[in-house]
Amino acid sequence: MAAIQGVQNFAGQSSIRTWLVGILKHKIIDHLRRQSREAPLQTDADEFSLEDLDGLFKSDGHYAEEPANWSSPDAALNEKRFFEALERCMQGLPDKSAKAFMMREVLGMETGEICKELRISSTNCWVLLYRARTALRLCLEKSWFGAPARP
Amino acid sequence: MGLFSLTCKQASRLQSQALDRELRLSERLALGFHLGLCDACRKISMQMDFLRRAARAYRVSDDDSGN
Repeated sequence: MAAIQGVQNFAGQSSIRTWLVGILKHKIIDHLRRQSREAPLQTDADEFSLEDLDGLFKSDGHYAEEPANWSSPDAALNEKRFFEALERCMQGLPDKSAKAFMMREVLGMETGEICKELRISSTNCWVLLYRARTALRLCLEKSWFGAPARP
Repeated sequence: MGLFSLTCKQASRLQSQALDRELRLSERLALGFHLGLCDACRKISMQMDFLRRAARAYRVSDDDSGN
């Protein structure tokens, strides 16, 4: 339904790309819905609180563990296996964070649109995106970029 | 938020938000100052920017595969 409305909204400036993005958006959201039926859902409160990420930082706000160097990460973009790893990491995200990240970064939607779609405030939207980026960073660090080099 | 008092934890939130909204001048200054001094946070910036490129490339790879 969202895709149909989207196409109507864009009727004046309609393009194949808009239409494709609408379809893809649907596909992603369907995928996430399916997956959320299979995986236990975190409640909204869990996703909007960042307490579980506190462990990344020391009490003075510095990183508890130095972030790893990702040497020439863009080389990964030529590897099919990298996208499989990225997909697995995205599937590991909590439901709303996954949707927010997909809409923002995969589909390139504006934050305002995403808030509307998820019926949340901008502040909570930024929290979800921050959570998603942090979790994906850590997941790829483990599954793709290997153990961090220690100085 | 003072110009010189940003922690890595606060910086990381702003680094993410910089990808989603226009930061206020005070936030940009504080973040810029912090990044100038902090190796760890510069790496985080690079990683977050990379995630954006990877996600865009993921869409293209998804379109190509036709499934």
